[in-house]
Amino acid sequence: MPDLLGLLSYGTFFLVFVTIYGLVVLGLNLQWGFTGLFNVGVAGFVAIGAYTSALLTAPDYPDQIGGLGLPIPLGWLGAMVTSGLAAFIVGVAALRLRHDYLAITTFGIAVTLQLVALNAQGLTGGPFGLQFIPKPFAGVIVDNLAWNLAYLAMAITLLGLSYVALERLVRSPWGRVLRAIREDETAAESLGKRAFRFRLQAFVIGCMLMGLGGALYAHFVGYIAPEDFLPILTFQLWTMLIVGGSGNNRGAILGTVVVWALWTLSGNVLRELVPAEHQARAATLQVVLIGLLLMLILLVRPRGLLGEEAVVSRHMKDPAGEVQEE
Amino acid sequence: MLQLIADGFVIGSVIALGAIGVTLVYSILRFANFAHGELLTWGAYLAWTALLGFAAVWGPMEPLGPFSFGWTLLASLGVAAIATAALALLVDLLLFRQLRRHGSAITLIMASFGAALVLRNLLQFIFGAVPEYYSREIQVAIRLVPRDVLGGLRITPDQVFVLGLTAVSVVGLHLFLTRTTLGKAMRATSINPQLARVTGIDVDRVIRATWVIGAVLAAVAGVFSGLTVQLRPQLGLDLLLPLFAAAILGGIGSVYGAVAGGLIVGLAESLSVPIVGAEYRAATAFIVLIAILLVRPTGLFGERP
Repeated sequence: MPDLLGLLSYGTFFLVFVTIYGLVVLGLNLQWGFTGLFNVGVAGFVAIGAYTSALLTAPDYPDQIGGLGLPIPLGWLGAMVTSGLAAFIVGVAALRLRHDYLAITTFGIAVTLQLVALNAQGLTGGPFGLQFIPKPFAGVIVDNLAWNLAYLAMAITLLGLSYVALERLVRSPWGRVLRAIREDETAAESLGKRAFRFRLQAFVIGCMLMGLGGALYAHFVGYIAPEDFLPILTFQLWTMLIVGGSGNNRGAILGTVVVWALWTLSGNVLRELVPAEHQARAATLQVVLIGLLLMLILLVRPRGLLGEEAVVSRHMKDPAGEVQEE
Repeated sequence: MLQLIADGFVIGSVIALGAIGVTLVYSILRFANFAHGELLTWGAYLAWTALLGFAAVWGPMEPLGPFSFGWTLLASLGVAAIATAALALLVDLLLFRQLRRHGSAITLIMASFGAALVLRNLLQFIFGAVPEYYSREIQVAIRLVPRDVLGGLRITPDQVFVLGLTAVSVVGLHLFLTRTTLGKAMRATSINPQLARVTGIDVDRVIRATWVIGAVLAAVAGVFSGLTVQLRPQLGLDLLLPLFAAAILGGIGSVYGAVAGGLIVGLAESLSVPIVGAEYRAATAFIVLIAILLVRPTGLFGERP
């Protein structure tokens, strides 16, 4: 039976990561899928959440700011607040302008945050990162597998809540305005909808979900370092959304499962096949493969596995009232 | 102080040459190309490969006069410029051209983001992650200003070469854009693509010219960066933010703006080192970017918002 137990343990581990990434991809879907905002700094906003929650909840760090020892839910709330605040600042600077300025600005903030994480030793622990991030209910559940399962259950609950909330949100009048702005900003403005405000709201909410995802990651692994939040993370998350189908929340989650499965599988295959001394080099091929997958999807099936649903509102169920496809 | 300004101009030259490519692609193909930094990296490594090739045929490189490099590096620069242009055309043919037919600008940006990762990791797969140098010759820096005047100024012959060749490239590009038919067609396409097409301008040819010019300048910038700092697979990624900041600061579509923007970003990076420390110099470009977006999003020389 030990094999089965190993498989269960591995499966739990895999699913926890899928759930955490799924949360982040849902946030990205609100930004890109529904509002058409191109965020290239996803890893940066995830990092803000992870570091905030770690600093708020961890026991006192010597020679460092932070380590306040607050309860974990407060840390997660703080993670969402700081990620949202960062999004607000970026949004105010870039969202009034052409859409690609947002891409450049979010790229910039991710680069800058990476520098802060690496160099601000007094705050982020520098290249060594932050350790001893408390694990929730670790005092109650001692067994490793049981704890992983409990964490998975909690993460799935959070993902489910976010999914339901987002589904309601994008089907509400507010969500329809987002799509209207995405499709034709001038038309939406002429109907009295202030595009900038709606964009900013969607951007901030999306980034708050990314921050929450970062916090969940930090408390699951118990240790974070700057190299956990490199541009490759942004790229993986984007691939998940595009493969699954942007503009569709179920597609976003499906894409997360598919891409993360492909990523871990290709990683395992490389580890098995390639001798140890060449593994660093072979790992670059893994990124090339995922990159080619993204480009192929963009070229062949830009809608992804599950495309955007044509019916936006339950009041518009008749087939005549179709929303045009992208 | 003088030293920092001189260093800023050297970094600024690299940024300016790269930013010209960003701004040309942005104004003619209408998307922010996140893969442009990788053209710098590939240019630098292709030149290094050519250099090794030359060394294998004619023996080790003899330094030329006061410089750390010999004529083979100049030849390698030429080879790298051609090869990088071919690479840019290949990426356009396989990817961007397909997406242009039915994609939106934002799909192009995303594709360029993916292309950047593929190109960078492919390069790291081929060349490895260890930093390399074109030449290990030690150079004697020339003292232009004695130490007691504003901290003094020393400059290496290589840096003088970088500044000189940058100036030559910019003047050459200016003559190309103002005097030749193709150059004028490029400017026309950048201002109004529909009107340009109606007037009988071959837009595909203009697009090819844009990639070639951008890639050649990127190769030169990459070699300069390798010459004055070192060759690393992250060379282009680290320069990408300064490139965008320079292009936006100068005003999208303006070649002279990109040059001015590049020099300003280079100076700002260099002058910020004593204030914030060398480890945060890359963040300076981000501050410049945010400031210009808040104050004057059209840039110094730009017209379109």
